[in-house]
Amino acid sequence: MRIHLSRRYSFAASHRLHNPRLSAEQNQRIYGKCNNPYGHGHNYVVEVTVSGRVDPATGMVAHLGKLDEFVAREVLETFDHKNLNEEIATFRERVPTTENLCIEIYNRLRAFPGARLERVRLEETSLNTFEYFGERQGSR
Amino acid sequence: MIYLTRKIEFSASHLYHNPAFSAEENRRVFGKCNNPHGHGHNYVLEVTVAGTPDPNTGMVLDLKELKEILQREIIERMDHRFLNYEVPELAGQIPTCENIAAVIWNLLDPKITKGTLHRVRLYETPDLFVDCYGDSDSSLENAQESVWENEGGAR
Repeated sequence: MRIHLSRRYSFAASHRLHNPRLSAEQNQRIYGKCNNPYGHGHNYVVEVTVSGRVDPATGMVAHLGKLDEFVAREVLETFDHKNLNEEIATFRERVPTTENLCIEIYNRLRAFPGARLERVRLEETSLNTFEYFGERQGSR
Repeated sequence: MIYLTRKIEFSASHLYHNPAFSAEENRRVFGKCNNPHGHGHNYVLEVTVAGTPDPNTGMVLDLKELKEILQREIIERMDHRFLNYEVPELAGQIPTCENIAAVIWNLLDPKITKGTLHRVRLYETPDLFVDCYGDSDSSLENAQESVWENEGGAR
């Protein structure tokens, strides 16, 4: 049986979409109100999907408590109530779009020892969602 | 290919306990889910069937037929039941979301005769769910393994 386990978490953070290599006018044209110099925030929802064999002794693909601890340590404590541009090293180099944030979260969670990371799905608002499966082919 | 999904809900109780573990181990591994009196959830089940619409009806399968299968196989078996004691298919297993989804797959797969069962998604709570894809595409899984290894080597 191929089993995927998914768990949803949330955190709140602010960001500003701005590329210092572009002119002010270009930034405004590309990013619109997301380029507002003071930034703005979202309640992000992150859905983490892992897969693996179901351990017959526990009936589980991954121990939920361990997954929760790992996600809290690697992601939630790092990003919650932070300014992504100012406080997260990688976003000094890259624009903190939700695409880039989704990839960053995936890379942070890839080392989870209990199961294989299949997907990170990140909701910026209830209307905008991004998914990253890593660079594998046919990973659905 | 069209993927058609039908959703149902059922409420049931369960507890996690492995008789091979000591009492202390059970508490450590399963936490509050090891409460001997059990506890319950409102499970939400999404069943996805893949197929090509029949040119005469425009349907992959008749939704009414799928509704009846879900009623007979899942609702009547699991709704308002204590999963550990009242669902024989789960006997000897820890009734986790993973194991319940696999049991549901095995119950539904032989009953879906039009289209093929693609996915069973079972929500234990809105923040915790499991997707079961059966064994059908193990070739895909193997392919993924090799890509994964190659990618790992390149890193």
